[in-house]
Amino acid sequence: MDVEILARIQFAFTVGFHYIFPPLSIGLGLLMVLFEGMYLKTKNKEYEILAKFWTKIFALTFVLGVSTGIVMEFEFGTNWARYSRFVGDVFGSPLAAEGVFAFALESTFLGILIFGWNKTKPIMHFISTIGVFLGSMFSAVWIVVANSWQQTPTGFEIRGEGAMARAEITDFWAMVFNPSAVDRVLHVWIGALIAGAFLVLSVHAYYLLKGRFVEISKKAFLIALVVATIFSLSQLHSGHASAVGVAENQPAKLAALEGHYTTGPGDLYLFGWVNNDTQEVTGVKIPGGLSFLLHYDFKTPVVGLDQFAKEDQPSQVNAVFQTYHLMVIIGMTLIGLTLFACFMWWRKKLFDTRWLLLAFVFAVILPQIANQVGWIAAEMGRQPWIVYGLLRTSDAFSATVTAPQLMFSMIMFGIVYLLMFVLFVYLLTKKILHGPYDEASTQPSVSTL
Amino acid sequence: METILGLDYPSVWFIIIAVLFIGYAILDGYDFGAGSWHLFFKDNTERRIAINAVGPLWDGNEVWLVIGGGALFAGFPLMYATLFSGMYVPFMLFLLFLIFRAISIEFRSKEPMIWWTKTWDISYSVSSGMLALLLGVVLGNVLQGMQVGDNFDYAGAGFFEFLTPYPLVIGLLSLTLMMWHGALYLMYKTEGAMQQQIISLGKKGFILFVVLYIAATLFTVYATPQNLSVFHSNPAFWLFPLHVPVAIALSYIFYTKTKYVYGFICSSLTIGLLLIVAAMGVFPNLLVSTIDPAHTITIYNAASSEKTLGIMLLIVSIGTPLLIAYTVIALYIFRGKVKLDETSY
Repeated sequence: MDVEILARIQFAFTVGFHYIFPPLSIGLGLLMVLFEGMYLKTKNKEYEILAKFWTKIFALTFVLGVSTGIVMEFEFGTNWARYSRFVGDVFGSPLAAEGVFAFALESTFLGILIFGWNKTKPIMHFISTIGVFLGSMFSAVWIVVANSWQQTPTGFEIRGEGAMARAEITDFWAMVFNPSAVDRVLHVWIGALIAGAFLVLSVHAYYLLKGRFVEISKKAFLIALVVATIFSLSQLHSGHASAVGVAENQPAKLAALEGHYTTGPGDLYLFGWVNNDTQEVTGVKIPGGLSFLLHYDFKTPVVGLDQFAKEDQPSQVNAVFQTYHLMVIIGMTLIGLTLFACFMWWRKKLFDTRWLLLAFVFAVILPQIANQVGWIAAEMGRQPWIVYGLLRTSDAFSATVTAPQLMFSMIMFGIVYLLMFVLFVYLLTKKILHGPYDEASTQPSVSTL
Repeated sequence: METILGLDYPSVWFIIIAVLFIGYAILDGYDFGAGSWHLFFKDNTERRIAINAVGPLWDGNEVWLVIGGGALFAGFPLMYATLFSGMYVPFMLFLLFLIFRAISIEFRSKEPMIWWTKTWDISYSVSSGMLALLLGVVLGNVLQGMQVGDNFDYAGAGFFEFLTPYPLVIGLLSLTLMMWHGALYLMYKTEGAMQQQIISLGKKGFILFVVLYIAATLFTVYATPQNLSVFHSNPAFWLFPLHVPVAIALSYIFYTKTKYVYGFICSSLTIGLLLIVAAMGVFPNLLVSTIDPAHTITIYNAASSEKTLGIMLLIVSIGTPLLIAYTVIALYIFRGKVKLDETSY
């Protein structure tokens, strides 16, 4: 295989694996703040148990997030040296800001969060929990800002010639608030908050089904349900705003998302299959639906892939189409599921509807899949550009790194990440099966596991 | 060109990045060093104490690496690109061990089986030692110069080119210095029989470090005389290298007087001074090309635009006090001897 493809596969694999964990850290962060806040407010021990239990699970996801995240920072240099040279002037400052403001806040308070229960005052501990949560939120801001700049670059100019050409900042705030940044930060935040809430829902639904830790699980489930419902609904709005932004700023990507080849009124597919050779999509569609979503009119033309030279089109239109549609379908499913659960809560039948609880046990996987495929659609839809309209992916990988070196590191990460994933799932399952406290003792107390 | 205190922005950034990496080497240095001694402790409780001595802190220490790497990327993108892609294999190994070390700390205490804890103990200790070694090996390559070719791309090839004698000696120097540094840290964090054991191990570590220090100094004079020219032209600068043996001697004197915190401060100073000497030696170059002087990467041809350097100066001047404050708070809260409780690993 050629170096470009290998470098892309390696990056996709390592960043995809990394992205299992940060959304959980962000999402669980909010839940920990809510649980601990409830404890400080009500002095009800049950909330303390919840806060401590979820802190332990958070710690597990955080360690994996950090160790796989440092890999990403290094990989820009090792695998994408020409890209790093080109974007360093622009990309470097958000990355440095991420490290200085967000990651430092997060990592330092994490020590207090996990080990400081007995070493600090409750309010200081609560502040640390908030610090960790805010740190993880800020982290997402700077990383997504940098990525958004690759999608919709602004606030820069190109200086230098040939291999030494690079983008230099002319306006820092124009770079930070590039056209897609705000929409995408919100979209990523919400996706992460949903992922965390659904993990809490899944675990406590499981306890409720098994009749274990029933009282605290009801409390935790309802808090998480409120979070999940609010953010599933807001994701609909955020997703729409993102799509409108893509239509405006990256028309080729939008066309690929819907498999829209010919400029004209755009159809909206519920699902389908794109044949890139015949440029046809087979599936169930709302004729003119895409035009309506973007312009509130079924007839307004939408720019199709035909407006772009072959070498400027994403080559994997079907992959972009499928991943995007899967994300949308999951988003809709989550809205349906959470609204229905709220309805049953209102009818006071939520905790007796076993099939619904069972659905929540398994629903934990859905936000994870949506987060992954959403990113795949966003990144593959940007191809063949690594920085939209400025730098091609084929001009961005390290010129000196060879295919054998990439194979070596890919196999290395493949084995290590597989091992990490197996251990993560095993330890997570074990913690969950053990539960928040020892059931054998008569008084609920904090687990020593 | 804009200046601060008479220094142009690239020079200021050279200093900032040097400070970040010195902070990183001192901080992660003690936990790499402590980890390298891990297998010398035989008892499970002792091993738990050793891990918990660094448990709440290692992650905050690695923040300095993340920020140092980010600052290098942002300040000198060309250097970041050439060094990281040129040193591909050592950096990949570095990441491998960084991951193994993190998950060893986190996973070790999660199961009681002997084979489980033992596996993670070995993984923790080996990766700690390898990380200390690799840091030095990469530094040795930078000090020695690399085959930087057209477009400032690394022109070498092959898997093991980074392993030449000089970098290897610098790697061993880094390993033994961090082990001495980590031993002092463990002496401060432990008590009783375990403390006695690390006290006697520490002495052997110190002797090894002094041997390596002498060897590395002689090798530097022989292999990289270009890095000494700055001292010949500015004799006052000799104060820095000449204070290295003073710091080393002081760390040992405090050790014999059982003042481990002061000893630890002196081993931190040793790391700091050695890296300052290294930075002074290469300045204003970042990476000398061994092929063609025209391809040498300097702070000027590698720097980002003045605008970016200025923006980041602002970020760093807000961020660095925060970073130092976070580090101090964490060190303060987790001060004193390790006591195992229900939140421990």
